[in-house]
Amino acid sequence: MSAPVSTVAVVGAGPAGTRAAEVLVRAGLRPVVLDEAPDNGGRIFQRPPPGFTRPYEALYGSVAPQARALHAAFDGLRGRVDYRPSTLAWHLRPGTLHTLSDGQAGQVDFAQAILCTGAMDRVVPLPGWTRPGVTTLGGAQIALKTQGCAIGRRVAFLGTGPLLWLVAMQYAKAGATVAAVLDTTPLATKARQAPALLAGGRAFLTGLRMMAWPRLHGVKVVEGATPLEITGTDGVDGLRYRGGGREHVLACDAVAMGWGLKPETQLADLAGVPFDFDLVQRLHLPRRNDAGRTPVVGIYLAGDGARIGGAELAELQGARAAWSVVEDRGLPLDLPEIARLDRAIAAQAGFRRALDLAFPYPHALAAEMPDATTLCRCEAVTAGELRAAAAPHDLNRAKALTRLGMGRCQGRVCGPPGAEVLAAALGCEVSEVGRLRGQWPVKPVPLSMAAE
Amino acid sequence: MTLVRLAETARARVAFTLDGAPAEALEGDTLLTAILANGTHVRTSEFGDGARAGFCWMGACQDCGVWVVGLGRQRACATPVRAGMEVVRL
Repeated sequence: MSAPVSTVAVVGAGPAGTRAAEVLVRAGLRPVVLDEAPDNGGRIFQRPPPGFTRPYEALYGSVAPQARALHAAFDGLRGRVDYRPSTLAWHLRPGTLHTLSDGQAGQVDFAQAILCTGAMDRVVPLPGWTRPGVTTLGGAQIALKTQGCAIGRRVAFLGTGPLLWLVAMQYAKAGATVAAVLDTTPLATKARQAPALLAGGRAFLTGLRMMAWPRLHGVKVVEGATPLEITGTDGVDGLRYRGGGREHVLACDAVAMGWGLKPETQLADLAGVPFDFDLVQRLHLPRRNDAGRTPVVGIYLAGDGARIGGAELAELQGARAAWSVVEDRGLPLDLPEIARLDRAIAAQAGFRRALDLAFPYPHALAAEMPDATTLCRCEAVTAGELRAAAAPHDLNRAKALTRLGMGRCQGRVCGPPGAEVLAAALGCEVSEVGRLRGQWPVKPVPLSMAAE
Repeated sequence: MTLVRLAETARARVAFTLDGAPAEALEGDTLLTAILANGTHVRTSEFGDGARAGFCWMGACQDCGVWVVGLGRQRACATPVRAGMEVVRL
């Protein structure tokens, strides 16, 4: 008879996963830490490849101290965790994660898994958005941070949220030309949240500085902009938008776009964690409590992979979820430390909510996209095709009929805007059309792998 | 799409082939960077709606798939370039 599995698996080595692993090691455990990337830090604190020389301040700006601290914490865990970089967890069944690493299939049997799966950009498709030269905001930032490249010579930044202003500033500071910052959120919407945002303290001041930066450096800024089309022949030559009641064309050869982030919830979904519609973030999100526990025994969630809250909150949640694991295994607890984490997590709630309200997802823009707009870029399904098939009151049925969300990205990109288009076509609330169900493999793997 | 190298340009050169033609990248480049340093697109949509050059740069959108001889289909943004790699745009 084999011994019962006692492994703790941590999926993701970003801010949440690193702090989770740190607590587990402190409790005398040796977790398996998986990350799809070749190095740790997650996307926000992603480390450039070996041989790159820019200092932390150049790579991470005002959060350089946090990046340095997180990397140091992770480096201190090496040898004390079973760290498996470049390892994709592509399926989760009760007690088992299926992995792919360097072309080899593997599995990790676990007693507890803390899913710290992070996030990706949330977008609004618009005519021309599949052209070469258009990337997500996160993509534009990764190009600069980990490859030393700008996505174009004259880059337009479009969307809303802190990342919009941050990446535009980082590009300008790195020597790129910023054609303009086009924020779809009107200034008044942001200003209304200012009193609540004050609770963010230093983060609020950093945000104000980011938003002032382009104006102070002569970069064009439009708030309350409505994007109409990204134009070009082979690539991008302009961005047509409406602002101040008039239509304009901005000359640019690249566009970075994003409207906040959305959690990577696929593994939580496969684990059977129930989802609830979140009215503020306007997404279906996996259910978990403030201690990181889900209704599924042995499954814990932390960080942006569960609900977007940013790196600082992710670190706190990662540590807190790990203490839940420690408690559920009957190991000794550091109660003052847990109380400190609980207070720190609770203290962020007001600020994070105000931030969500200050930079809302422009759902009407998504709902009203022109019929000819490619909505699903994997399968080239247009908004018009979805509207024409809108009889079913369910996004999964619409997927079966139109192939929306059936492509290689599994609806990661088109899911939320697709739900807005469908709900508007049906005249119902977006919460009512449901969400695209998670399917394994959560990312494409060779057929031979799935057969094993 | 014109990728512009703004920093980290002192790295060693790496020779690979792109659609059979010799091409050059820098050590530490992903295939996405390597390809866009040599051309304007990464793949062509199989549905006839034009060229693509990736989108998310973080392994999620799957819109930068290329064929690497010996490795099969790879996401260009998540695959480091290596000397002698034979990369084919799909």
